[in-house]
Amino acid sequence: MATINFSNVERVFRQNGKEFIALKDVNLGVQDREFVAIVGPSGCGKTTCMRMAAGLEHPTSGTVSVAGEVVKNPGPDRAVVFQAFALFPWKTVWDNVEFGLISLGVDKAERTRRIVHYIALMGLGGYEQAYPHQLSGGMQQRVAIARAYVLDPKVLLMDEPFGALDAQTRVVMQEELVRLARRYPRTVLFITHAVEEAVYLADRIVVMTGRPGTIREIIDVKKVREAENWDQHPRIEDVMDQPSFVHLRSYVWKLLRDQHGSEVH
Amino acid sequence: MLEPRLSTAKLTTLTIIGAAGFLLLWSIAAISGWTTREFLPAPWDVAARFAHLVTEPFAGFTLFEHLASSFKRFAMGFAIAVAVGIPLGLLMAWFPWVDRIVSPAFDAVRFVAPIAWVPFAALWFGTGIGGPVLIIFMGAFPPVLINTYRGGKHVDRKYIEAAQTLGASHLRAMTEVLLPAAVPSIVAGLRISAGLGWQSLVGAELIVASSGVGYLMVKGQAAVSTATVMSGMVAIGVVGLLIDVALRRVQQVIETRRGI
Repeated sequence: MATINFSNVERVFRQNGKEFIALKDVNLGVQDREFVAIVGPSGCGKTTCMRMAAGLEHPTSGTVSVAGEVVKNPGPDRAVVFQAFALFPWKTVWDNVEFGLISLGVDKAERTRRIVHYIALMGLGGYEQAYPHQLSGGMQQRVAIARAYVLDPKVLLMDEPFGALDAQTRVVMQEELVRLARRYPRTVLFITHAVEEAVYLADRIVVMTGRPGTIREIIDVKKVREAENWDQHPRIEDVMDQPSFVHLRSYVWKLLRDQHGSEVH
Repeated sequence: MLEPRLSTAKLTTLTIIGAAGFLLLWSIAAISGWTTREFLPAPWDVAARFAHLVTEPFAGFTLFEHLASSFKRFAMGFAIAVAVGIPLGLLMAWFPWVDRIVSPAFDAVRFVAPIAWVPFAALWFGTGIGGPVLIIFMGAFPPVLINTYRGGKHVDRKYIEAAQTLGASHLRAMTEVLLPAAVPSIVAGLRISAGLGWQSLVGAELIVASSGVGYLMVKGQAAVSTATVMSGMVAIGVVGLLIDVALRRVQQVIETRRGI
């Protein structure tokens, strides 16, 4: 069972002898094949939560565990999609996607089979030998997503993956991720500051507030989505027109605004 | 850029004016009678001597044979500097403990001029090839190591984190992330290295060698043939420039491929 569990997580930073509590009392369980989005203003510690699940940072107290094991180091069982893509500029699309498979010791034939599959799925056919700088931002992020999915990881961790994209590309990528997530359900922890994105993508939304970062409320979107059958609309704007969507979006917005006013857009 | 860009034609003209002006001043100084021709040979004296050295052996070999012998030593010393400097620089950039072990000794040794190793070169290797190679290595090694280390240290954190989350081993992190990320810095280091190595070589050959351009120059000095010495200087300058041009070309190819 590929679950993610945050248990009494606290993270304290020390700067110039002063202590600063970044995260406090974080308790969260992401279920197997559940898509959970964490929304919150900048500085609320949402990215820190993702980084702790990835093993790139560690809690000051409490534990973060993935599939029942306490996270210690980064590893390919917890694939990360970074906001800044972090594709290796000196490797081709193919070699970027292959990188983690080699770490896993997957044999050549199986690597080829999987890479071909995900390159086609992400619409990257014909760009296998291109270098990242030759691709648009949206294409680069597709490579980053393929690089994560191809590992067949226990969990996927996404840190504002569409934050660096322009508005149109962003919408296309959100639609594709929904398509991918519904077709191949995965345990996903998705970090964003965009409320609409969270409501559109997630099964559950964790609303965080800052200073210190705590969980304000957890909202079940999946129940509403399935009851209202949002997935019958292939286009994001049609989903966003649904009264149930509008209602949820306003609700999340108010939760954030009650605490932080102008910090949320 | 503050000044507007100059056209290629204008740039070429300026280069020619610079070179011609230098030769003109040199010629005037040589024939002015301020000094004897033995003190300062004119450009055409050097050219004539150069042509002579190319065909007639001097100090045992023709000029090109001396150059070949020098270049062989340079290539060996430079290759060893690269073969040791790049892996060690990567290890230092990746493992802080290697950095702690190597840095203090390295930082002290690198301030010793390569030529200062001549007594040991002579003692350990006599006039064998090892002496000049050691001195070239001492000149070429520090820039390779420093630039590899700095290039590796300054790799954008996101690439290291990406490699870690993709399960890269230490070896793969160093060879597939640090090394390629450091390549521009390494190639810049190689250019400095080649320059210093080539300079040190001639210094080494002045003392511990029985062939090579430096040796030719010492023999020229002994024969009070300043034109011979200057022919050696010209050969050194031209080959040094060619080495740099070749490395600069490598640098450009890499930068173009990266889209820098």
